[in-house]
Amino acid sequence: MLPPFDLHAPSTLAEAVALRQRWGERGTLYAGGSELLLAMKEGLGTFDHLIDVKAIAALHELGMVDDRTLRIGAAVTHGALERSRLVAERFPLLAETERQVANVRVRAVGTLGGNVCFAEPHSDPPTALLVLEAAVTVQGGARSRRLALAEFLTGSYETALGPDELLVHVDVPAPPAGSAGAYLKFGMHERPTVGAAVLLVPDARRLAVAAARVAVGCVGPVPARRPALEAALVGVPLAALAAGWAEAEGAAEGLDAVSDLHGSADYKRAMTGVFARRALALAARRALGKAA
Amino acid sequence: MSVVDRRITMETSVNGRTVSLRVAPEALLLDVLREELGLTGAKRSCDVQVCGACTVLVEGRPVSACSVLAWEARGRAVRTVEGLADGDRLHPVQEAFLAASALQCGYCTPGMIMAVVALLEESPEAGPAEVKDWLRGNICRCTGYASILDAVTRAQRTMGSRPRP
Repeated sequence: MLPPFDLHAPSTLAEAVALRQRWGERGTLYAGGSELLLAMKEGLGTFDHLIDVKAIAALHELGMVDDRTLRIGAAVTHGALERSRLVAERFPLLAETERQVANVRVRAVGTLGGNVCFAEPHSDPPTALLVLEAAVTVQGGARSRRLALAEFLTGSYETALGPDELLVHVDVPAPPAGSAGAYLKFGMHERPTVGAAVLLVPDARRLAVAAARVAVGCVGPVPARRPALEAALVGVPLAALAAGWAEAEGAAEGLDAVSDLHGSADYKRAMTGVFARRALALAARRALGKAA
Repeated sequence: MSVVDRRITMETSVNGRTVSLRVAPEALLLDVLREELGLTGAKRSCDVQVCGACTVLVEGRPVSACSVLAWEARGRAVRTVEGLADGDRLHPVQEAFLAASALQCGYCTPGMIMAVVALLEESPEAGPAEVKDWLRGNICRCTGYASILDAVTRAQRTMGSRPRP
């Protein structure tokens, strides 16, 4: 059972912003409801007004805005991303991540924008989007702002979204030519305990790593890039990564791990090392052109 | 105290029939199907989109009716397990569940069947890995999954599709 509320379905960004301003904390944004409605059922949030943003056409954009930028409207569902040929061909890491979100029913209604705004720490897409260096655009009453995803996600269930703002879209730059990525997750519940996303840019001979990006999610309050590990990966032979690179266990070093229902901080750190190593091995095999 | 009727008037198609409804904004699709329309096939169980017992199709896609607002069904086509049979003739997926003994207590069965129907409409030749992945979100606690997977293969056979390896 849900507590009573009123529904509003603005058809433009300006109307949505006006409703945000009008209702303040008594209202909230609603898209797929796959996070919000569950929280409301549990009494974790009470709102008199839900602003259904799905009638706003701009939030359903899914396509390239220039040669190398994919724009994903905030109301695009995980399922739409999973089935998109464009995403599969040019952003395989994102497609691989979206395929692993929860289950087919959640993906049918849950939106990428809602996922990012809810900032649930045990979530898949933000970890991959960090590695892809995604940026978000938010619209408020006076202006729109563009933030790196890392700046937008400020904490567990916390974002930089202002009280009169809404997320409009997520921009994802195309990964470097020749790069190979992988997303792996592990968990015993519906939500992941650990998520590891990696992107490897091979050198000209495709023998060693020229540049690497690694992010770990679910272990701490927000997903985090692993800069020390990324630096250590430069020059490492792809064959060594493909065989299982022991130093990958360093992915957990200095990580802000939190003990929760998904495991103790120590356990999550240990799993971080294991899944970073496996994700690097998978990406390296892909970079070497071997079967995934 | 004055009582304001906050209900929304809307039309939806349920199992091919147009239905006029007046629903509260917070009404969940599952409650409207079960309480207002008497369609009790979809079941409430986990109530948090994990178990799949409440699976129905909206525009052909499986959703958790326990966690979707009835509002989302306005102007859309909803299908429940009650809409599968053609008179006395069961849907091939229903027949396959019977033939494979893919049900025991039956609580998960309507959701399981609707999930399989959606899969075979979208991907008739789904291979075993795809079937398992698709049904990852439908939990059965007594039948066992082997006979359910067997039912999917049987349904594919009767529906004239050859599953991918």
